[in-house]
Amino acid sequence: MSVIKVTEQNFEAEVLNSDVPVLVDFWAVWCGPCQMQGPIIDELSEEVSGVKFGKLNVDENMSLAQKYRVASIPTLLVFKDGKIAASAIGLQSKDGLKKLLGV
Amino acid sequence: MSEYDVIIVGNGPAGLSAALYTSRAGLSTLVIGKDQGALAKAERIENYFGMAEPISGCELVENTKIQARNLGADLVTDEIFHISWNQGFTLEGRAGSYQAKAVLLATGSARKKADIDGISRLEGHGVSYCAICDAFFYRGRKVAVLGNEEYAVHELGQLLPVAGSAVLLTNGQELQADAPEGVPVMTGRIRSIDGQEEVTGVTFEDGSRIELDGLFVALGSAGAVDLARKIGALTDGRKIETDESMATNVPGLYAAGDCTGGLLQISTAVGEGAKAAMSMIKFVRQQKKE
Repeated sequence: MSVIKVTEQNFEAEVLNSDVPVLVDFWAVWCGPCQMQGPIIDELSEEVSGVKFGKLNVDENMSLAQKYRVASIPTLLVFKDGKIAASAIGLQSKDGLKKLLGV
Repeated sequence: MSEYDVIIVGNGPAGLSAALYTSRAGLSTLVIGKDQGALAKAERIENYFGMAEPISGCELVENTKIQARNLGADLVTDEIFHISWNQGFTLEGRAGSYQAKAVLLATGSARKKADIDGISRLEGHGVSYCAICDAFFYRGRKVAVLGNEEYAVHELGQLLPVAGSAVLLTNGQELQADAPEGVPVMTGRIRSIDGQEEVTGVTFEDGSRIELDGLFVALGSAGAVDLARKIGALTDGRKIETDESMATNVPGLYAAGDCTGGLLQISTAVGEGAKAAMSMIKFVRQQKKE
């Protein structure tokens, strides 16, 4: 499954109203660890089905970062039925992400 | 600023062992060390290979420094605060910055985390371990740096252009560096970091309190784990995760010795340093081909 670009415009439709759990990666270009997190998420998205993967650029979508109290990146949030079901702060391994998703 | 093939951060057994191999393989090698670390306290080493007569940790390290220099390695004394990657690694230290194709983190075992009430619970919610990474979220807000050495001053430097206000908290320790002009220094011992969902302030032992939005932890000097976290290497608690070739998940970044956990012994550190060196030699040669 491809990884979608999450923005303030599509957040409600793609994340909050999603039928399947969504893992959102809050990131930025200037963040070193985020550069390492991205490829791990790309790889995982190829392996896991029944989960949607999204990346949210905090520079471009500050209001969402503020709304979800993101104060350190990468932050990974799992949304189920529009609510945060799990969260992790700092770079996560593929296994760490699997645990977060419960898969 | 010249670029080295290999930079080794740490001049203990793991770092120097690696330097012997990379230098002998013809790679330009720089070893950056701060002090003698854990071995400075070892007066007699009796459990290491070849010690007919025990020697001190200092002597063992000094001997190996001479050996590394004789093989062509450069050795400097500096303290590294930050590491980043952009078509190669850049390390920023107190005395200058350095560039390399491959980097080995071998600064020994990390010191204990600050054991202050609230600090673990609020990590990522106002408590941060990397100013350059997270300063963005504190634009115009009240922040503090916890620490009393050069590393803390360096982190303050990253925050000052962005934050609304900044203070330095030493938690009862004497300040061992010059605080930037205009930054208040508070030396009181801290009782707790306050806040339910995010940091709201800090309460001192004497009952006084200051309001804060963010607390940046920069105790002591930046250890291997701190540097690993800044660049995006996976860590497990206070250990850096590596594979059997001592490679981290960041291409070109390796770790060896006490900072990878396991047996905290000279023999294992030397062995890991050698393994890391082999991997770095392979990595750098591949890079040069491309």
